[in-house]
Amino acid sequence: MSETILSVDRLSMRFGGIVAVNDLSFDAGRRKITALIGPNGAGKTTVFNCITGFYKPSGGSIALTHDDGKTIQLERLNDFRISKQARVARTFQNIRLFPGMTALENLMVAQHNALMRASGLTFLGLIGAPSWRSAEARAIDLARTWLTRIGLLDRADDAAGNLPYGDQRRLEIARAMCTEPALLCLDEPAAGLNARESAALSELLLSIRSEFGTSILLIEHDMSVVMEISDHVVVMDYGVKIAEGTPRSVRDDPKVIAAYLGADEEEAIAVMESGT
Amino acid sequence: MTESTLEKKPAPRASGAAFILKKAAISALVALVLFSLMIGVRTEAGPQGGLIYWTRFGDLAAIVAAVFGGSIIIELLRQWWGPADKVRVVPPAVQNALSLAGRLLAPALLIFTFLVPVIFYDQRYILDLAILVLTYVMLGWGLNVVVGLAGLLDLGYVAFYAVGAYSYALLATNFGLSFWVCLPLAGILAAFWGVLLGFPVLRLRGDYLAIVTLAFGEIIRLVIINWQSLTGGPNGVSGIPRPTLFGIPLTPGEDGLAARLGIEFSPTHRIVFLFYLILALALLTNWVTIRLRRLPIGRAWEALREDEVACRALGINTTTTKLTAFATGAMFGGFAGAFFATRQGFISPESFTFQESALVLAIVVLGGMGSQLGVALAALAMIGGFELFRGLDQYRMLVFGLAMVLLMIWRPRGLIGHRAPTVYLERSQAISSDLVKEGHG
Repeated sequence: MSETILSVDRLSMRFGGIVAVNDLSFDAGRRKITALIGPNGAGKTTVFNCITGFYKPSGGSIALTHDDGKTIQLERLNDFRISKQARVARTFQNIRLFPGMTALENLMVAQHNALMRASGLTFLGLIGAPSWRSAEARAIDLARTWLTRIGLLDRADDAAGNLPYGDQRRLEIARAMCTEPALLCLDEPAAGLNARESAALSELLLSIRSEFGTSILLIEHDMSVVMEISDHVVVMDYGVKIAEGTPRSVRDDPKVIAAYLGADEEEAIAVMESGT
Repeated sequence: MTESTLEKKPAPRASGAAFILKKAAISALVALVLFSLMIGVRTEAGPQGGLIYWTRFGDLAAIVAAVFGGSIIIELLRQWWGPADKVRVVPPAVQNALSLAGRLLAPALLIFTFLVPVIFYDQRYILDLAILVLTYVMLGWGLNVVVGLAGLLDLGYVAFYAVGAYSYALLATNFGLSFWVCLPLAGILAAFWGVLLGFPVLRLRGDYLAIVTLAFGEIIRLVIINWQSLTGGPNGVSGIPRPTLFGIPLTPGEDGLAARLGIEFSPTHRIVFLFYLILALALLTNWVTIRLRRLPIGRAWEALREDEVACRALGINTTTTKLTAFATGAMFGGFAGAFFATRQGFISPESFTFQESALVLAIVVLGGMGSQLGVALAALAMIGGFELFRGLDQYRMLVFGLAMVLLMIWRPRGLIGHRAPTVYLERSQAISSDLVKEGHG
């Protein structure tokens, strides 16, 4: 079994004359947490959108290798097939839950493809076949498990839009996990969380990796989270990779410090402080 | 908002007379500006073709004075009642009673509907009206799948109604197929056209989607008008067979239902039969929609309305999801169309104008998008209410329009604006309309 789940090779993304990502190559390890960091506007979210099929890359390839050794070229799949066939799930920088649906319903929608099969493309479900009923009960159980795990079981029947911000973040991660992904892509999961919530998030991500064997790729600005949980860190600036390695080696890399200092003083200080 | 901020200050009512007078004066000024041209000056074409005008300052003064006085009275009443506090206006006991009434409303309505032919057996007018209302209830429930659940604004729903009606009319008159064979065929054909419409509009959202669906409705109508050899053009199709009770006709003849049952024939039998037929079709629509909402496809429709990007990230095929919504809605429209054709016995393109689409959409919006009970109540209000105002002659539209405006101010998200969850762990609690999205195409 390959040790690499995701292999990004010479990825480029251009919007007209603007080169958002230029010749980027990196690997994400299986059952590892890989962090993609960099100053604002470095092109991290663009990389995410290419991986998850929201953008069609201008050049390069993105290969995903499943546990069974099957390799899928993600740049050839479009939008929903990335999640359905390649089993790559994602969350969004600005939370995209279904606000008018309950927390439980959000997790049920995430199991759409499995439930669609179980409901015999709706027809078995329409006549209330026993096989559909048991599949639905199992889906509710899975949702209940995740709600328990993120501590939202007592708010299962509340509208997702009514939940506090931190709960919405965790619910979005749980929703992505309900698609049973091989690779989970998180776009700034700790944004807007306080220190305690960040720590809980780190714990959640570590438990996802160890219990479900899900590989995680995350974009994050919160360096305490990145340094604590990442196995591998890739640093981007102006669309290119400027460094990669273990959290420790990246933290001390002069190029990384310069990039952060040049872009945003506070973040550079945060990088250096988190090392001491 | 203003009242509650005023309430927090210690002396809001001290502003008393001066405040009220100032507010009334502003209202009167606005009225003066508004009405000075509308009422103050009257123009008309003179006998020589020139424009003559005269002034009606007396009327103008009366109206401005009425606004001034009315404003004072409203403000006094408002201060007397105090700020609109929820708890004070609606005591808990009343609220409980209301929620109980709300729960009992649907079953009560259903029982009443079943009894309508019994209660109003001798009143042909009421039975016909009830059939009309039920037809629109069914159309509203069908469109509700597309607009209310999937959030796709469809202004051409009448096209599927027309496809269903013409499917039955043409199949029955040309090939002699019975109503019960044609009914599923009409639904399937309409669903097929729903998918055909769905394909070009998949990429469109919001206003653009609305305009293309509007055009689609017109295209179908124009094709029907111009394809004379098939559809009879503007003359329509006549002599459409009446429905039979599984082969037994409802006629005065030897083999008619009345003769077989040994009772005296009455034309009302057919009306009652049609009533129960459309009731059954409408309830089928309702049942299927309620079932679908609890199935993955229905949840995907609602998720699509809430956030299409998130749907794609979860691996939901938004293309097929949208197409199934269009097809399901269209199918019910087709059933209703087949019923319409068999009831009328004659159809022509005049019955399938844009106004019908607008009426059905108004029913869905007024009812509260996505709410089954709301749509039924709205259909009753729109169709029944319209008949109710018949006595007002030319003011009918005016009163009706005013009622609609007031209703939308009072209930901007429709009669039943909240959403009921499709699945729950502990208890089902209604989701406020503030959170539920309307969809954007």
